[in-house]
Amino acid sequence: MKTIIALESIEKHFSGSVVIPPLSLSIAEGEFLTLLGPSGCGKTTLLRMIAGFEEPTAGEIFLDGKPLTNVPPYRRDMNMVFQQYALFPHMTVEENILFGLKMKKVPAAEQQRRLEEVLQYTHLAELRKRTPKQLSGGQQQRVAIARAIVNNPKVLLLDEPLGALDYQLRKSLQLELKNLQKNLGITFVYVTHDQEEAMAMSDRIAVMNKGRIEQIASPAEIYNHPRTLFVATFIGENNIFRSGDASIAVRPEKIRLYPLEVEPDKHRMTGQITDMVFLGNLRKLYIRLYDEDMTVLAHEYAGDSRGWRAGDQVAIGWAPEDEVTLRC
Amino acid sequence: MLTTKRLKLLALPALMWLGALFVLPLLMIAALSFLKRGTYGQIVYQGTLDNYARIIDPLYGDIFLDTLAVSVLTTFISLVCGYPLAYHISRLRRSAQQVWLLLVMIPFWINFLVRSYAWVIILRSQGVVNTVLQSLGLIDEPLPLLYNSGSVLLGMVYTLLPFMVLPIYVSLEQMDRRKLEAAYDLGATPWKAFWHVTLPMTKSGVVTGSILVFVSSIGMFVVPDVMGGAKSALIGNVIQNQFLSARDWPFGSALSIVLMLLSMLLIFLYYRAANAAGAKEGAA
Amino acid sequence: MNTWRRRALSGYSWAMLVFLYLPIAILMLYSFNQSRINAVWSGFTWKWYVSLFENRQVMEALGNSVTIALISSVLATLLGTAAALAMKHFSLRWRSIVHALIYLPIVIPEIMMGLSLLVLFSQLHVELGKATLVMAHVTFSMPFVMVIIAARLADMGSELEEAAQDLGATPWETLRHVTLPLISPSILAGFLMSFTLSLDDFIISFFVAGPNSTTLPLYIYGLVKRGVSPEVNALSTLLIACTVLLVVVAELLRRKDSKSITL
Repeated sequence: MKTIIALESIEKHFSGSVVIPPLSLSIAEGEFLTLLGPSGCGKTTLLRMIAGFEEPTAGEIFLDGKPLTNVPPYRRDMNMVFQQYALFPHMTVEENILFGLKMKKVPAAEQQRRLEEVLQYTHLAELRKRTPKQLSGGQQQRVAIARAIVNNPKVLLLDEPLGALDYQLRKSLQLELKNLQKNLGITFVYVTHDQEEAMAMSDRIAVMNKGRIEQIASPAEIYNHPRTLFVATFIGENNIFRSGDASIAVRPEKIRLYPLEVEPDKHRMTGQITDMVFLGNLRKLYIRLYDEDMTVLAHEYAGDSRGWRAGDQVAIGWAPEDEVTLRC
Repeated sequence: MLTTKRLKLLALPALMWLGALFVLPLLMIAALSFLKRGTYGQIVYQGTLDNYARIIDPLYGDIFLDTLAVSVLTTFISLVCGYPLAYHISRLRRSAQQVWLLLVMIPFWINFLVRSYAWVIILRSQGVVNTVLQSLGLIDEPLPLLYNSGSVLLGMVYTLLPFMVLPIYVSLEQMDRRKLEAAYDLGATPWKAFWHVTLPMTKSGVVTGSILVFVSSIGMFVVPDVMGGAKSALIGNVIQNQFLSARDWPFGSALSIVLMLLSMLLIFLYYRAANAAGAKEGAA
Repeated sequence: MNTWRRRALSGYSWAMLVFLYLPIAILMLYSFNQSRINAVWSGFTWKWYVSLFENRQVMEALGNSVTIALISSVLATLLGTAAALAMKHFSLRWRSIVHALIYLPIVIPEIMMGLSLLVLFSQLHVELGKATLVMAHVTFSMPFVMVIIAARLADMGSELEEAAQDLGATPWETLRHVTLPLISPSILAGFLMSFTLSLDDFIISFFVAGPNSTTLPLYIYGLVKRGVSPEVNALSTLLIACTVLLVVVAELLRRKDSKSITL
């Protein structure tokens, strides 16, 4: 697949401290790439460097093979959806959407055609004469996206675009965004700290920590085969067992529980159930180990409940193919 | 970003303006204070320290002391009177706060020559107070309410009070209320909570307000001129006189330089004392 | 806080408002008093106002004041707004230098500014008059404009400007289509504030005015030195009315698009 954006040894320092150590990354045309990480991990800085709002301290960014140094943001063929949408409060929905086309001096007829198209596409036709203040959060979000995609950018950059919305709305917009990306075929570079969001939408996820990319892979790969301790613990829940120098991660749903007296060959460890949390379709069991100073989390699904109770003594085990050895 | 470099140039006219009409004149005053005055009030370009030596004269020393006393008192009284007012405003509902703030701000914008004059109407011997008292038969002779240091102080506090209220209000507004609630929660009495929590946390407002009031009062010549009469001249009046009547510009410059240095020194000391107090409070 | 303490505080605050406004109210009241000499109320009249409008000197001073205020506030607004816009692109160190330069005129005794300008003009042999007044007024009101506009810009943040650039607007287009329209109420507020400052200024004008450029406050000062008279009351009342009107309008404008409070 063709590379649309390439970052080569990009570095960023802010007043002496290193925010992003040398980092390289290539983004394929048409893919949905998510930069995922806790706040302060440098994901937004990375996005802002691609957009041109921050200058890399060293390194080079290429868009479609052309270096972007000395190309100001207003000449970069990509658009951004801002966290708080950044809609112009003194313009109507229509004027907001037309702004980019006007700045690029697109002929008036063409402007109108693209406006109508985008309004239809984002279901904003009836709201066109309103100002941002008269819109709900979800509607504002759609205007922000319409305002960006009307320019037919090669790449759409999205900085936590769903962060300000409530849970239900976020869920439905995730799907909408994913479909939009598929239909338009535009490359999406999406920044979020919400792993669920990243999982639901991305083709690839780049998990970031302290300015570094810890792992970049498909959501399934990231979940099933985390490469580092950070990825293993940041994405979903995990039990980390130490054996010698290496760490081994086992997902709670892969942990199996047995009565102490059966299937002795499968036993890895023994312990006592200290807490149980009921979550509807599953129960979370916390098992305090006897031999080691740690608590293991196991999921028990409603279908195959064995009726464990707090205080029960159990043995735990897992299949060899369910464990992942981590790099430290 | 490279492209914003040209936007920086927008500051150039303003900076040049301030350089030419604010910084340069101050430097000229500083230079002038080391020159001599000719017989007819002209400037003689000859270096001297005489102007500064003359200031040591007890005549001017006393006026300096009077000025400092009036300024410190004005600042202190404004603080004591202004703080509760600011506190009251900060406890009001949002909409009421806006109205009160505007009400406190309006007098600040009204010309203070006019505001001093308003007190003359009230306090002079045929003024409102004396007329009322006489007609009630409480006094036979009009009371000498005007043209003394008390009336100067009153006029100063009256004209400068808004300077104190607004910064204190802002710092009260920005204060974290939960700390106060925590203090109450830990059994502090309202007074203790105020003294150990609210006051230290609004220190920046108190400092800003005090500096604004102090600086304005130390150079003030309008209030003493209008409400003080000849005996209560402050250093501002002397400087004004040197420039406009006596035409001894070098001496006037020296006086004003000393005034400025003195006020900067006091502000600095006050600032440091306030910081030290704050640090002690923080450690306790 | 218990009710008793709250009531005492509230009562005190109302008393302070009375303290602030009573003298002004009395001054205004006596501008309508028949009697010229004493404080006894002897009936309502407009005659002092009528005599003001028939007084050529008053009208001339009024004309000077308005002309100077208009020119100086336009200049101060232009210079101050431009500087405030440029400021956020400065590095931290430069910004603090510029800040010092802006706040110094606000915190230095006014008398210093007045007499230093007098020295400047006389050394450069600039004749004192309306031009020197305009220059002086721009100098002290420009920092106020800068502070107001800078506060509004800080309030606004940089996201909207970035969004505009992201959509292809050059820095100048961003300024024209996004920044300026958004801060225009604050610019107008800054203009009204500097107009008021100029109209009201006495101290600095006192030093740099020439014989033919008497402004309203300077004229009032001349009258005040001669004693209390109903004409001064009437003139002061007019000045107060203008000031209050301007300040209220400016403040409403500024609040319309900003949550923060300055000054």
